[in-house]
Amino acid sequence: MLSFIVRRLAVAIPTLLILVVLSFILMYAAPGGPFNSERPLPPEVLANIEAKYGLDQPFWKQIVNYVYGVVTAFDFGPSFQYKDRSVNDVIAQGFPVTLTYGFWSFVVAVTVGVSLGVAAAIKQNSWIDYFAVGISIGAQVLPNFVMAPILLLVFTLWLGWLPGGGWSGGQWQFLIMPVIALSTSYMASIARITRSSMLEVLNTNFIRTAQAKGLPMRRVIWRHAMKPTILPVLSYLGPAFVGMITGSVIIDVFFSTGGIGQFFVNSAFNRDYSVIMGITILVGTLTILFNLVVDILYAWIDPKIRY
Amino acid sequence: MTLRTRLLATTSAVLIATTGALYADGHATHPVTGETLASDQSFTYRDLDESPSIDPGLAEDSAGGDILRDLFEGLYNQDAAGNLEPGVALSHTVSDDNLVYTFTLRDNAKWSNGDPVTAGDFEYAWKRAASPELASPYSWFIELMALENASEVISGDADPSELGVTAIDDTTLEVRLTQPLPYFAQMLTHFTTFPVHQATVEEFGSDWTKPGNMVSNGAYMLTEHVPQEKLVRERNAMYWDNDNTIIEKVTSLVINDENVALTRYLAGELDRTDVPAGQFPRLAAEYPDQAVSVPLSCSYYYMFNLRDGAPEELQNADVRKALSLAIDRDIIVENVLAGGQEAAYTFTHWATAGFETPDIPMATMTQAERNAMAQELLAGAGYGSDNPLSINLVYNTSDSHKSVAVAISQMWKQTLGVETTLANQEWQTFLEARGSGDFDVARGGWCADYNEASTFLDLMQSESGYNDSKYVNPEVDALLAEAKTSSNAQANYDAVEEFIAQDTPIIPIYHYAAVKMFAEDLEGWPYENFQQNWYSKDLYKIAE
Repeated sequence: MLSFIVRRLAVAIPTLLILVVLSFILMYAAPGGPFNSERPLPPEVLANIEAKYGLDQPFWKQIVNYVYGVVTAFDFGPSFQYKDRSVNDVIAQGFPVTLTYGFWSFVVAVTVGVSLGVAAAIKQNSWIDYFAVGISIGAQVLPNFVMAPILLLVFTLWLGWLPGGGWSGGQWQFLIMPVIALSTSYMASIARITRSSMLEVLNTNFIRTAQAKGLPMRRVIWRHAMKPTILPVLSYLGPAFVGMITGSVIIDVFFSTGGIGQFFVNSAFNRDYSVIMGITILVGTLTILFNLVVDILYAWIDPKIRY
Repeated sequence: MTLRTRLLATTSAVLIATTGALYADGHATHPVTGETLASDQSFTYRDLDESPSIDPGLAEDSAGGDILRDLFEGLYNQDAAGNLEPGVALSHTVSDDNLVYTFTLRDNAKWSNGDPVTAGDFEYAWKRAASPELASPYSWFIELMALENASEVISGDADPSELGVTAIDDTTLEVRLTQPLPYFAQMLTHFTTFPVHQATVEEFGSDWTKPGNMVSNGAYMLTEHVPQEKLVRERNAMYWDNDNTIIEKVTSLVINDENVALTRYLAGELDRTDVPAGQFPRLAAEYPDQAVSVPLSCSYYYMFNLRDGAPEELQNADVRKALSLAIDRDIIVENVLAGGQEAAYTFTHWATAGFETPDIPMATMTQAERNAMAQELLAGAGYGSDNPLSINLVYNTSDSHKSVAVAISQMWKQTLGVETTLANQEWQTFLEARGSGDFDVARGGWCADYNEASTFLDLMQSESGYNDSKYVNPEVDALLAEAKTSSNAQANYDAVEEFIAQDTPIIPIYHYAAVKMFAEDLEGWPYENFQQNWYSKDLYKIAE
């Protein structure tokens, strides 16, 4: 197991490097640049700016300098768009926000999704099943960019219960709508995967044996059915977790949370090269990390899997 | 009672006493109008996006300008109508050749840490803004001000110390220009010219704009800043006119989506927000006291590509003029935009100070007459049903630009039989295409840097970096150069506008309007200010 983890981490480093170089090339291939605007800058002004950000140097040197800065000093450089801040500032401010609402969305999505899925599978074809399936299909077809304005309309404008946006350091009133809007579609997917996985497991021989032994249903479900049921859910949860904690531009735009999703998308539009790179590396690292965590959990849950 | 609690008790007693007195003296009624003031004097408004910088030397967008006019004060301010008002400067004299300005500064202006604001602070700020070291994207503004050696300093050929600005003593600032600029004093309300506190900038480097570090000289100081969420500024007790300032706290919230912002405005969270495109008629009917449309200093236009190698058919001025004539601007402003914009036949915005819209023949014709003339011109140029003209029109991705483009392509089709291919491009791609001449017809928008017609018309100069049409007309160049020193520039501007109407390098389509919602209890908004330069220190809220 230990050698497996070491091997995976060793592969992660070249993977990240390839990611960095590819993103760098793609970014520069896109037309435009960080300092283009409706009113083009006079050449002497542009020259000063390019010198300040090292854009006057040959392409290969820019990549080398960038990678060197990241590796040796964990320095992702200054933001080209937000001139008072560095990329480290942008991530340090935005990522905790996204992490907070992403984490709570994850908790909600998993708790509600798994409960709904299990309930639906156990009581297949009963009203509980129809209700759970109905909810999860409803949540799935209501994308968050539809969900968010509806929540705003109801809870802010009509009822006046919740603030329409902002973050205020993550107080609970500001968390509720982002968490609902972000978690619903994940919750729906989790519920569907759980339901079909549980149905499959309940039809296997070892469950029938357990029932034939006269074990109470509760014990059969918790002790025997749950673990194999959760395996397919788990492989979905790895990327889903990364997706949630690295944020959603929709959530950030609709609820003005100041999270990292919005910075990511805006930086692409603004050609803010250093912010694009910084967040790409962050998301890439987290994706690799959580895929590894999922693989480890797999081995732990399923004794058949050995690395 | 321990010493600490006693101290606390005394402090709070003093605080209560002073704020109570302040309230009774200055805040219960407005000192000029006598209106009863609301007890809550906080102003919260929506910004579309986070500003790139709130360092006066580096700032580049108008929303950043709104913030900076609260935090800092330049030599002059603007009043509600856009006229100059003393800021840090009380007055100035101009030399006979109009090249040397000498400003007398007030001696009671203070930084938020209590230091006096001196002429040296301005000298430092201007030299810093021009320096290659700061590499400000707005250093061109110092060039635009025609300061002596500005271009040389920016390009690194001269040391910043050689810039044409000198503090003679603490309250006297001398500025030397390379050419007379009739509107020079107007430019001093712009944020690039605001002073900065040298000791603070040097101590904190690029972190000096963070709350807690920033020392500023405006009516407000920065107390909280969460990028992409909010920026809060509160009263600066050191400000020289603090006694006459009423709003206590100003909050700008970044809300990207204008519909979300409107919902939050209607829920009472905001005092000012923007009206989403097309919703003005409905909101004006529903909230007549809150929905407002005022002229905004920008012009919307289409430009033709006049470079060598651009499509041959558009090099014919008659064809271009026909396309201009066939656009029914009234339909665009009344039916497509419906937000109080004005149909444009001149490039210069009609509300620009000192500018009288010249009589462009096209403007007084009926649309039927324009269409007839357009058909005649196009037929004369050899295009018709047997030889239809086809055009590519590019605009940057936006619902509103798309509606305008679709309407115009329909007008061209119906009146002239022109086939238009519409292409929308993402912003940066669009700028690249337009700047490099990869278009037939492209959308353009231009906003005034200062309130004078040359801010628009200088785009028509052959050598202007913003002349994306690459329109070259030596007569226009001569007229614009002469206008800089002329005491009556209007005649030159009229002539340039006539050239634009005749040669049609661009098609002026409409003049912008600022379409906003304002809370009913908010007073003092400078609706008449053409550049919409507002100062929170002039606002107040009345009791309902």
